[in-house]
Amino acid sequence: MHFRTLRQLAEQAEAAGLSIGRYMLQEQAGESGKTPAEEFQQMATYYGIMKDAVRRGLTEDTTSRSGLTGQDAKRILAYRGGAATPSVEVPPIAGAAPGADASPGAKATLGAGSPPHAEAPLGAEVPPGGHTLLGDEASLAMSYALAVSEVNASMGRIIATPTAGSCGIIPGVFVSCQERFGWSDEDMTHGLFAAGAIGYVIANNSFVSGAEGGCQAEVGSAIGMAAGALADMRGAKPTQAIHAVGLALKNSLGLVCDPVGGLVEVPCIVRNGFGAVTALAAADMALAGVRSVIPSDEVVQVMLEVGTAMPDTLRETARGGLAQTPTGQQIMKDLRKKK
Amino acid sequence: MNGPAGTGPSGGVAVRFKDVFSIIGPPMIGPSSSHTAGAARIGRAARQLFGPLPKRADVIFYGSFAATYEGHGTYAAIVGGLLDMATDDVRLPDSLAIAEQSGMQADAITGKGLFPHPNTAELHLYADAGDEKPAFTLVGTSIGGGNIEIVDIDGFKVKMTGNYPTLVIQNADAPGMIAIVARLLQQHGINIGTMSVDRKSRSGEAMMVLETDEDFPPTLRGELAAYDEIHSVRFVHIT
Ligand code: SF4
Repeated sequence: MHFRTLRQLAEQAEAAGLSIGRYMLQEQAGESGKTPAEEFQQMATYYGIMKDAVRRGLTEDTTSRSGLTGQDAKRILAYRGGAATPSVEVPPIAGAAPGADASPGAKATLGAGSPPHAEAPLGAEVPPGGHTLLGDEASLAMSYALAVSEVNASMGRIIATPTAGSCGIIPGVFVSCQERFGWSDEDMTHGLFAAGAIGYVIANNSFVSGAEGGCQAEVGSAIGMAAGALADMRGAKPTQAIHAVGLALKNSLGLVCDPVGGLVEVPCIVRNGFGAVTALAAADMALAGVRSVIPSDEVVQVMLEVGTAMPDTLRETARGGLAQTPTGQQIMKDLRKKK
Repeated sequence: MNGPAGTGPSGGVAVRFKDVFSIIGPPMIGPSSSHTAGAARIGRAARQLFGPLPKRADVIFYGSFAATYEGHGTYAAIVGGLLDMATDDVRLPDSLAIAEQSGMQADAITGKGLFPHPNTAELHLYADAGDEKPAFTLVGTSIGGGNIEIVDIDGFKVKMTGNYPTLVIQNADAPGMIAIVARLLQQHGINIGTMSVDRKSRSGEAMMVLETDEDFPPTLRGELAAYDEIHSVRFVHIT
């Protein structure tokens, strides 16, 4: 690759007159010695797997082996009043999901998985997104992101982006935006190259694993990648799109990695849902002309610095943070017993 | 490519993540890219280096691996790798049962002492279940997103990512060995991407690990083994 910073990436893409995604495809082919067509095909296959994971997360039982998580994507979708397009048919959730039994908190707040206005037949009178505070598009992206992360937690097939813990964010915003804007699979595949280009710079200048740099490195990086790619796909100039990365990363700096019981479930899955929403917000900011005053490359350096300073207990060891709360410890004990 | 020299990582600076697919990818069975997918690749690298299915495997976990291997299915993933399964092999979750059926005994052990990375696994593979000493050892680290670094093979300090076709040669530490290997690869038009060399003692045993851009022709093994100083030739393909 000819770039090692986001700035170089953006400037080189602009000089070539290409979007970040198209420039990265060219760079990738140069690096691997394969043809651009071959590289494109591999990425297109990955996008197919992402779409399949969204579908499965919305239609299949995603209760994890621990029983801690699952079915939340469907809850969001039911609450918001169905999918934007009828491409996915969502079966009704009968009562609380089995997974909810293991987390009493979820049961109390979710009731039987019903929205506040359960009397209204879902998807009929209630327009999509009608119940939600977020609105139509963001709530859809959120539910798709949760869907993919739930498929991951239930040992289904996903694409690590950049890791499995953060695998929901990019498919969440990509698949929902594809439906919304009518983008082709080819557009989406180029978008994945853009996301990958941004992740490549972050990973080589900082880190992308929770064990090394906390959750900011996983979920944070995925949000930055998604935000920059979305701006790129919406036609932002590369230098403008790169601002989305810095804007997004600033919002997740310091996020610790504290998976309860060491499982990629709590808080990982909901962080993917939030991450999708944040990615949309950051992309919108950049498209509107909001700039990251601290340049994105410097924010990446801060992530490195903050992650390095994080104690071991907050870097995927499940020895701190949410994992060590009274409830977190209890869950861990119960899991050991179950074994 | 024609960028200014020194601006690209390929212009001399080593990068940990080589390309777009080390960021977007791998396709994998969940739940964790470092603790499941990376672990499976470490196991698979060990299997391909060892050759046959080991009769017994000790899987020793360090750091974050030791703390969370149960929840992430790290152990099942490494065992799946030892059965030569890829990261997106749907049989991965059932690898422990499959290992038992195939006649491989496996044990998960929590390691003590120093380790090179928060996600470190050490594998001891035995040719026979009753053997006292392992026939093969390997230390691997999982650095994120399914990417790995094998840092030790049979006590030799190496650097291997598994991202490229890899050639592992054990040889007598004698002058000209590297030249012999380089020349053979050149004859086949194979470009060496990275290379690491270590030896146990002066004029003792040495190991070379070469990561290349092209696949190896089937004849290469015999051509290398023809040299008396070359004691073993192994290939790893887990890209
Ligand atoms: S909390 Fe840790 S394991 Fe979970 S998504 Fe974040 S970095 Fe990954």
